[in-house]
Amino acid sequence: MSAADAAATLLWLSLTAYAVLAGADFGGGVWDIFASGPRKQAQRRAVARAMGPVWEANHVWLIFMITGLFTTFPVAFSSLAIALFIPVTISLMGIVLRGAAFAFRAHGREAVGPTSPWGIVFGGSSIVTPFFLGTAAAAVATGAIRITDGKVVSGFGDGWTTAFAVVIGLLAVALCAYLAAAYLMVETEDDPTLQADFRSRALFASVASGGLALVGLWLAYAQEPRVWSDLSGNGLLLTLLALINGPIALWGVWRLRPGVVRVAVAAQMTLVLWAWAVGQWPYLVPPDLTIAAVAAPASTLRAWLVVTGGGMILLLPSLALLFRVFKARNPAAA
Amino acid sequence: MGTSLGFHIVFAVLGVGVPLLMATAEGIGLWRRDGTWIALARRWSSAFGILFAIGAVSGTVLSFELGLLWPGFMAFSGSIIGLPFSAEGFAFFLEAIFLGLYLYGWDRLGPIQHWLTGLPVALSGAASAVFVVMANAWMNSPSGFTLTNGRLASVDPVSAAFNAATPTETTHMLVSAYVVTGFVVASVYAAGMLRGRFDVHHRRGLLLGMAMAGIAVVLAGITGDTSARFIYGAQPAKFAAMEGLYATTRGAPIHLGGIPSDSEHRVLYAIEIPYGLSILAALDPNAEVRGLDSFPGDQRPNPIVVHLSFDTMVGLGLGLGTLALIFWAAVLRSRRLPKNRLLLWCLVAAGPAAVVTMEAGWFVTEFGRQPWVVYGIIRTVVAATPAPGLGIVFIVFTAIYVALAVTLSRLLLLLARRNRERAKPPPGTEA
Ligand code: HDD
Ligand code: HEM
Ligand code: HEM
Repeated sequence: MSAADAAATLLWLSLTAYAVLAGADFGGGVWDIFASGPRKQAQRRAVARAMGPVWEANHVWLIFMITGLFTTFPVAFSSLAIALFIPVTISLMGIVLRGAAFAFRAHGREAVGPTSPWGIVFGGSSIVTPFFLGTAAAAVATGAIRITDGKVVSGFGDGWTTAFAVVIGLLAVALCAYLAAAYLMVETEDDPTLQADFRSRALFASVASGGLALVGLWLAYAQEPRVWSDLSGNGLLLTLLALINGPIALWGVWRLRPGVVRVAVAAQMTLVLWAWAVGQWPYLVPPDLTIAAVAAPASTLRAWLVVTGGGMILLLPSLALLFRVFKARNPAAA
Repeated sequence: MGTSLGFHIVFAVLGVGVPLLMATAEGIGLWRRDGTWIALARRWSSAFGILFAIGAVSGTVLSFELGLLWPGFMAFSGSIIGLPFSAEGFAFFLEAIFLGLYLYGWDRLGPIQHWLTGLPVALSGAASAVFVVMANAWMNSPSGFTLTNGRLASVDPVSAAFNAATPTETTHMLVSAYVVTGFVVASVYAAGMLRGRFDVHHRRGLLLGMAMAGIAVVLAGITGDTSARFIYGAQPAKFAAMEGLYATTRGAPIHLGGIPSDSEHRVLYAIEIPYGLSILAALDPNAEVRGLDSFPGDQRPNPIVVHLSFDTMVGLGLGLGTLALIFWAAVLRSRRLPKNRLLLWCLVAAGPAAVVTMEAGWFVTEFGRQPWVVYGIIRTVVAATPAPGLGIVFIVFTAIYVALAVTLSRLLLLLARRNRERAKPPPGTEA
């Protein structure tokens, strides 16, 4: 594996970490705005309690990915920034508002009531952000972004406004909601009624994301030959695994098996991302930019890999500590 | 970009300074077994939770904006200066992780353990400031790469990170962060004192803030002076604009204030200190200083902005230093906090003034570098995005920032009031 491949792999891994961890935080926002029934406030509190200590750390995976991308594949970064200017800017606003709204509510709960505008902003931006990130991903996967001589030649609306992109955007939201409901179900074990609320939400999100995934596959088959050939080519094994894993995760939620749920639901998001990544390998931005062609000079890649390796030595134990303190089973009920 | 940075930097400097203050207060509390110091740290931590979140999201905007607004700049520079940004990424990571532990761990960790989780927050905050300013220093003093026909030929990202401007710029920025934090914290407590609150929290908060500010402001003067001398050698056009010097002169004077006039080639209405500039720049009253006129018209920064910003920074910096001196002289002489209302009012003003000082410093750096994004290599206009609708994006983001700033200040006020109400029966034994 070349240094460029290693860098690309690490970037995909950090994207996965972001999707699985921060995705659940966005899903939390979805369930905050759709909190309903007699335990409305308890649901919101469960979301806030689960997100509070970890969301900022989860969020940094995105920063890590962005800085890594512009260091190791600067041309891909600037091309994506131009071609996806609109959806990325909207997501960015969503990220800003989501983070701020959460902080305002979490630290000023008595100051700002749950029905305050920031509560709506929190939920709304938690839906908008994954949706537009999903459409942006679809634009990349379908090969709609065209680059000639280092210049973006496709339009600002290309790729992310198709039917396929909309379905992928919705799929992203549904998967986030699924992750959140499933984790929350695991984390509310000491309160069975609340747990039941999240279980039914997880079931709903599971079916919704499964349905959207199938529609997406059908659209890929019918309209997006590039995605279809990627998923049925290099990505075939992972696509099949995703199709098999879906029902397993659903079973885990149905039967309230926390062990299965934790792994299988996170695996669902991961498999979708990796079916895409492996499918389009060796392209970073198909069909014009391959990993090898847009990689930074070898000296930069090596330095980045060294810094990243060193950083991970500090980072991983710290992350483990964070999750051990706050996410261990049945933490002292806060 | 300038707006986002100007917004972000305010939170960033507090993100550097406040964790150090909290760790200090908590450390003193543990050392002396004194619950009030710890209660002080705990109060700061809840306000800091909000500040940090705003810092984090505004910082995220920046990391995207680098690409969204300056794709040409990033395509060229990414591989060269991405390294400090990536290192910064890890610093953020550690900061966010340990901050999570620190903020939510008051009741879950032992007292010493808890204090220990505060140290990495303070350290990685400082580290992230140093790393990002390394990238900015590179823009001022690009090195670590070679060009063939305008294309990158070879890259040495490590020497790019440790470029010539790095030592002066990172140190000056880091101490500035402590200056700002110190004065902002002091300003909050001084405002409380003006309303008659002289309880132990206010006294200690003020003292600790002024201790940080007092030490840091002296260091800011020293490192700023070093920066200025470095600029004299490295970026003569910026130096000339800082001083509003048009003609290349031996024995050049310093101009205090005044408005540089491009048509008259001199600074109008300024106070002149003969030989001052030559002494400042080279410690030699007869040293030659290059003037703006010696640069082609399209390579000069705007002297009005740069000169006025520079004078604002230095003027306010000296003022803040004097204030700190008076404060500590009064405290040390009478062995208690001064209750003089004028002094307290000055302390209240010092917080915003320190923020202005720092923003003015950034104006010097950034506008002084124009018309270049990367000094001598890429012009700002070339680096910008071709995307449409920038005006709308700008307006929307500015509106978001305003909404955030307003809500934030409302919330902090409410938080302070709540803390006071809770504190009425003296705070429990958190230690
Ligand atoms: C509150 C903070 C503060 C204070 C008291 C001062 N400065 Fe400053 N200054 C900054 C905050 C700052 C800054 C905002 O942090 C800058 C912008 C870029 C940087 O690295 O630091 C800066 C930049 C900066 C630069 C430009 C560096 C460059 O372009 O690379 C110079 C020449 C000085 N300063 C000089 C001074 C002098 C002579 C001071 C003496 C009183 C002084 N500063 C006080
Ligand atoms: C708080 C700190 C900063 C402020 C207030 C600030 C503000 C500004 C301003 C006013 C300009 C000139 C705008 C113009 O002439 O059109 C500028 C330019 C620029 N700055 Fe900064 N800057 C800061 C720090 C940084 C840092 C740390 C970086 C990146 C490492 C950076 C990157 C840039 C870039 C890429 C430009 C060129 C484009 C432009 O001119 O706007 N700045 N900045
Ligand atoms: C001008 C000097 C800058 C300084 C001193 C600085 C410093 C900091 C600090 C201390 C933090 C921690 C957040 C907090 O405590 O509030 C932070 C956050 C952040 N900064 Fe900056 N920053 C600067 C400019 C930039 C620039 C140019 C970028 C763009 C790449 C950037 C990106 C970020 C990001 C992404 C975060 C959020 C990290 C997180 O999620 O924890 N900053 N910055």
